[in-house]
Amino acid sequence: MGMTMTQKILAAHAGLDYVEAGQLIEAKLDVVMANDITGPMALPILKQMSDLVFDKDKVVFVPDHFTPNKDIKSAENSKAIREFAREQGLSWYFEQGKSGVEHAILPEAGVVAAGECIIGADSHTCTYGALGAFSTGVGTTDIATGMAMGELWFKVPSAMKFVLTGKPGKFVTGKDIIIHIIGKIGVDGALYKSMEFAGDGVSNLSMDDRFTMANMAIEAGAKNGIFPVDTLTEEYLKTHTKKEYKVYEADEDAAYDEVIEIDLSKVRPTVAFPHLPGNAKTIDEIEAMEPIKIDQVVIGSCTNGRISDMRKAADILKGHTVHEDVRVMVVPATQKIYKQCIAEGLMDIFVDAGCAVNTPSCGPCMGGHMGVMAAGEKCVSTTNRNFVGRMGHVDSLIYLASPEVAAASAIAGYIANPEKVGDR
Amino acid sequence: MKALGHVFKYGDNVDTDVIIPARYLNSFDAQELAAHAMVDIDPEFAQKVQPGDLIVANKNFGCGSSREHAPLCLKTAGVSCVIAETFARIFYRNAINIGLPIIECPEAARGIEAGDEVEVDFDSGKIYNRTKGTQFQGQPFPEFMQKLIAAGGLVKYTNSKK
Repeated sequence: MGMTMTQKILAAHAGLDYVEAGQLIEAKLDVVMANDITGPMALPILKQMSDLVFDKDKVVFVPDHFTPNKDIKSAENSKAIREFAREQGLSWYFEQGKSGVEHAILPEAGVVAAGECIIGADSHTCTYGALGAFSTGVGTTDIATGMAMGELWFKVPSAMKFVLTGKPGKFVTGKDIIIHIIGKIGVDGALYKSMEFAGDGVSNLSMDDRFTMANMAIEAGAKNGIFPVDTLTEEYLKTHTKKEYKVYEADEDAAYDEVIEIDLSKVRPTVAFPHLPGNAKTIDEIEAMEPIKIDQVVIGSCTNGRISDMRKAADILKGHTVHEDVRVMVVPATQKIYKQCIAEGLMDIFVDAGCAVNTPSCGPCMGGHMGVMAAGEKCVSTTNRNFVGRMGHVDSLIYLASPEVAAASAIAGYIANPEKVGDR
Repeated sequence: MKALGHVFKYGDNVDTDVIIPARYLNSFDAQELAAHAMVDIDPEFAQKVQPGDLIVANKNFGCGSSREHAPLCLKTAGVSCVIAETFARIFYRNAINIGLPIIECPEAARGIEAGDEVEVDFDSGKIYNRTKGTQFQGQPFPEFMQKLIAAGGLVKYTNSKK
């Protein structure tokens, strides 16, 4: 029996020729990352095991959740990891102004690469699977142990294979595809498993689409999401990282719990309704309902704050103004993307339309700051979770969507179809 | 080792955002977090929970964010055990790592109601519903995880290997 792509990466990092689903292994880690929420909590735990991190080039801190710091306590937390990073001489500490949202900055800065075994104390660490890496989220004790020892135990996951075919339509993005998939399999449809994406359709997806899809694998309960490495991935790696990388492919006879075919040409712009990322409704179903009036739009996050997301939102917003009852937060996910928005004139489009443009931060996505919602308010958000109270008051509602749907909704004042913006 | 207490019962997909909302995550002080445990799904939980009480839930308990604050606040609030049909994987790891006992048992998740008095024997994995006079067999932990738990968590296990 062959191995899946994930199993091959795990076997290589455990020094084994072969692993199978269910096996418990200890694997060497290439990148160990924490943020300003999970990092400070890890430091006292780490110190119980070691005074020094296992490798100053492989331990990474990104203060991005409550930054720019929203209050004194979060400032103290950021200070703790900043001082620790200095003290240990870490190569990768990402300060505000030179940084961004962790899962956007790590690929952009070349910290992560194909074939690696990566853990992050943030559930959306699965994002780097887009590059053909094994990458998964863990908690604080696991991350502290990873930082001290450079290895961690894993249960080798079984896998579900998603065979993508066809080409997505004009306003269909990675976000629509992944919400469509989670809608199909449920928020625990891939519990403990790998989601391996395959098929000819992969070549029709940009790297940014792949990052978005791998990012939300956790929303189906998956341990990781992973894409095959193709010419587009290699081009991305060559222009972003100096690291040597390794390409793994699933064996022909690898075992999968399930094989699901997704014809990308049939996926429609899709929105996840409150309170689960799996409550998927197509834009056609939404148009058949009473209009859902909204109060806020957020365009950004580790899911959809990359340059192509910014371009797509700007394309829709160009020449329009944000509806008078709606406030819009645009959050470019990194400083580089922010500058690109300026250079390409996107910033003018956003500001002229009446959007607030925030500095890179996770803030609004988890109800942290810079876009928290009041009772009864509704938000169309390009983020990844629409749980009860996720973005603020327990009685606020979140609709997860692509940048195009979010931008179209910002103009209309209700959840709107980006295909019809020109009609108005 | 045993747990004994009354049950707080919840449904599917109890996520870590309702177990401990992000607005409280500017602190990792266990007592402070415990004061807000479950606030967005059950605002009275933190006042009502007694040492030894249990949480019983359905599928995918602890889904969402990787915040270890979630099992930590439950443990500190006095929860002696969480029984669920299934757990989200990061919560599962975190719970073991900080020493919050968790048991997967779909039958118990269905056969136990809010307020029932329940006893759990961790060595055998047996779950007794004293109120209803019923008994369930929970899934035992794999051997490696038993070693981890016996060592007193991941940190002590790691140090014991040095």
